[in-house]
Amino acid sequence: MTVRPASPAPTPAIERHTISILVDNEPGVLARVIGLFSGRGYNIESLTVAEVDRDATLSRITIVTSGTPMIIEQIKAQLGRLVPVHRVHDLTLEGPFVERETALVKVAGTGEKRVEALRLADVFKARVVDATITSFVFEVTGQGEELDRFIGLMSELGLVGVSRTGVVAMSRGPGGI
Amino acid sequence: MSAATNETSLTGADIVLKALRDQGVEVIFGYPGGAVLPIYDALFQQNDIRHILVRHEQAALHAAEGYARSTGKVGVVLVTSGPGATNAVTGLADALMDSIPIVCLSGQVATHLIGNDAFQECDTTGITRPCTKHNYLVKDVNNLARTLHEAFYVAKNGRPGPVVIDIPKDVQFAEGSYRTPADSMPKSYRPQVKPDLNRVEEAVDLLAKAKRPIFYVGGGVINAGPVASQLLTQFVRMTGYPCTTTLMGLGAFPASDRQWLGMLGMHGTYEANLAMHGCDLMVCIGARFDDRVTGKVSEFSPNSVKIHVDIDPSSINKNVRVDVPIVGDAAHVLEDMIRIWKARGKQADKAALATWWEQIEFWRARDCLKYEKTSKVIKPQFALERLRAAISGRDDVYITTEVGQHQMWAAQFMPFDKPNHWMTSGGLGTMGYGLPAAIGAQVAHPDALCIDIAGEASIQMNIQEMSTALQYRLPVKVFILNNQYMGMVRQWQELLHGGRYSESYSEALPDFVKLADAFGGVGLRASKVDEVDDVIAEMIRVKRPVIVDMCVDQKENCFPMIPGGRAHNEMLLGPDEKVENATPEDGMVLV
Ligand SMILES: Cc1cc2nc3c(=O)[nH]c(=O)nc-3n(C[C@H](O)[C@H](O)[C@H](O)COP(=O)(O)OP(=O)(O)OC[C@H]3O[C@@H](n4cnc5c(N)ncnc54)[C@H](O)[C@@H]3O)c2cc1C
Ligand SMILES: Cc1ncc(C[n+]2csc(CCOP(=O)(O)OP(=O)(O)O)c2C)c(N)n1
Ligand SMILES: [Mg+2]
Repeated sequence: MTVRPASPAPTPAIERHTISILVDNEPGVLARVIGLFSGRGYNIESLTVAEVDRDATLSRITIVTSGTPMIIEQIKAQLGRLVPVHRVHDLTLEGPFVERETALVKVAGTGEKRVEALRLADVFKARVVDATITSFVFEVTGQGEELDRFIGLMSELGLVGVSRTGVVAMSRGPGGI
Repeated sequence: MSAATNETSLTGADIVLKALRDQGVEVIFGYPGGAVLPIYDALFQQNDIRHILVRHEQAALHAAEGYARSTGKVGVVLVTSGPGATNAVTGLADALMDSIPIVCLSGQVATHLIGNDAFQECDTTGITRPCTKHNYLVKDVNNLARTLHEAFYVAKNGRPGPVVIDIPKDVQFAEGSYRTPADSMPKSYRPQVKPDLNRVEEAVDLLAKAKRPIFYVGGGVINAGPVASQLLTQFVRMTGYPCTTTLMGLGAFPASDRQWLGMLGMHGTYEANLAMHGCDLMVCIGARFDDRVTGKVSEFSPNSVKIHVDIDPSSINKNVRVDVPIVGDAAHVLEDMIRIWKARGKQADKAALATWWEQIEFWRARDCLKYEKTSKVIKPQFALERLRAAISGRDDVYITTEVGQHQMWAAQFMPFDKPNHWMTSGGLGTMGYGLPAAIGAQVAHPDALCIDIAGEASIQMNIQEMSTALQYRLPVKVFILNNQYMGMVRQWQELLHGGRYSESYSEALPDFVKLADAFGGVGLRASKVDEVDDVIAEMIRVKRPVIVDMCVDQKENCFPMIPGGRAHNEMLLGPDEKVENATPEDGMVLV
């Protein structure tokens, strides 16, 4: 096998990666992860965290980040050396995976606009989780761009506010992480 | 309460001391205060662990670093809450950058007061999170022993670093159960020490095929213990290849060996930097491609295949892309390399190697560290050459430094044939490091000769530690190369800012001889060339703390130098070689 010197790539492209991290659910662990990103100037597009195994007190953090391949590699190595981190998975590299996000979208209005909002909600399979005579709260789940589109449409129809969960993700198929 | 009367239950403070004893701790460096009084009380009532009272918490950290680096053990520190903890921050950051194993215990206000802006409260875990390898706040006395043992494990395993344990005062008083070290392994932290053998095979193949190889060796080899240095030396000699070391790696390979090219990097030798630039195979072992070493990254060793051995995957491909990454402990990897090299009957390409050495010797003949010999003024390099002559043949000499030109001259002129005898603040570049670090080394090696090579500006940052040296009869030597300037700052101002010496003159200096006297030490001064040898001899002879005021040339600059943003082959060799067009624009912003 011959190895040639790695030649500096011509301005490498920025890639978007979804990274899943299993951590001990202990105080400060989220601060460590966030501090790592802010301290080293990495991007966070989305970050979610919740306990996923009560017995073992493990939490899963899902981070969507972007950077050159060298930066992405650094991010994973830096995460990997945090003491409470058990495993780091780059879902984007490790094969097919599903990614979902949920938003609560409040829309206020009457008459034609209200009817149109309800119609579009149906198209996006959004559920009505709260309703008054003059407002709705929709719950919509999907890929980030789908939510963006739905929210974009609602902004024409009396959008009052949005709350989004951030991305959660999991690899496809029977294998666990 | 039955738990309180249980004979296996101890107070938090006693648990701390028992855990330290079980970890083999013999000495701690610290400073008392309200939030650690229970631990100080427990210390008072025992004789196994010695406490060294420093005069500033920053110095406790540096002393622990000096102790750790000169022994290979974990350095232990004890400070109080609030200002005690914030004073410790610089030392923690220093230990993190230089991968020094430290366990720092801090007192905290009682758990029910946390978050209330209580007296001497600060968010210690919050403040120290980015400047420690890991930190803990212990809120339950029953977790204290486990946390302490885990902290030692984390501090010394993998890439070493500082760990803080913040202990609220009520937890120090509370009674709880003890656990042994074996019972306290961290759940998740398991650094990889054994390398992937396929990668090592690949590396050995490349090594044997190389025409212009070089070993680029760093502090990681020293972290890996003296055996790693022995294996490295053995392997480098087996291959016959040249070897250069970083500032942090000095001593990992014997300086007296012809195969050593000296230090590389910004103030490294001509031959080391040009060999790095021109090599076709680079074997980096336990070094991290720091910007002081690479210079302009895009022109760093442009035509080489790069092998990188490091225990921390985040050091690999961080600044420079490498071809063969090997994650593992330097000693393990070197052992495997030697074994495979021998088993495969590998040989260096003799003809190519001879040509390569011929080239290197040609560079070496430039004698890049030469300086003007004069009897009119003491050149700092001359003072260090005389110091070197005075200590030659001794293997019980430990050198520390402050930060500045004197530090670089010390790196260039002091010979280190063994690891753990050289301690300097490389990554953070902390002025004020050297005296406390020398104290820490002296505590560990009471009969050795511990010398802090200092600048007159840096030494004032932790000069109060002279009291510590006196109190514990530690005969440390402070060897000040007094150029009456923050010389390193002045040098950059001269090269890059039109010689406008903004605030870099050392005004209103104390009389260092009188100062030594005031502390109860010995002060010596040399201001003429013919006084140098006598002062050095006297410094070594007296078995007390000494400050030497070596009045050196104010104008001398440190060469060779690669200005910021330049490549290895764009070195300045002396005062007559000026940078054309100063430094490239993008280089100006670099420090
Ligand atoms: C004024 C000034 C000027 C300087 N000029 C220079 C200069 O000219 N030249 C120079 O070299 N430096 C210089 N430095 C120092 C520089 O800033 C860096 O501190 C230094 O280059 C880093 O050394 P290193 O690469 O050996 O890494 P270290 O900081 O010693 O890091 C050790 C590396 O080894 C790894 N490691 C740790 N343990 C192990 C193990 N058991 N096995 C394998 N790997 C391990 C770590 O993960 C890390 O990557 C200067 C500093 C100052 C203050
Ligand atoms: C705590 C700290 N503050 C500032 C600096 C920036 N700095 C680097 S070298 C230096 C001057 C050091 O002067 P001196 O100790 O006299 O050493 P010399 O360069 O003259 O040998 C300064 C201010 C630093 N490294 N550390
Ligand atoms: Mg000076």
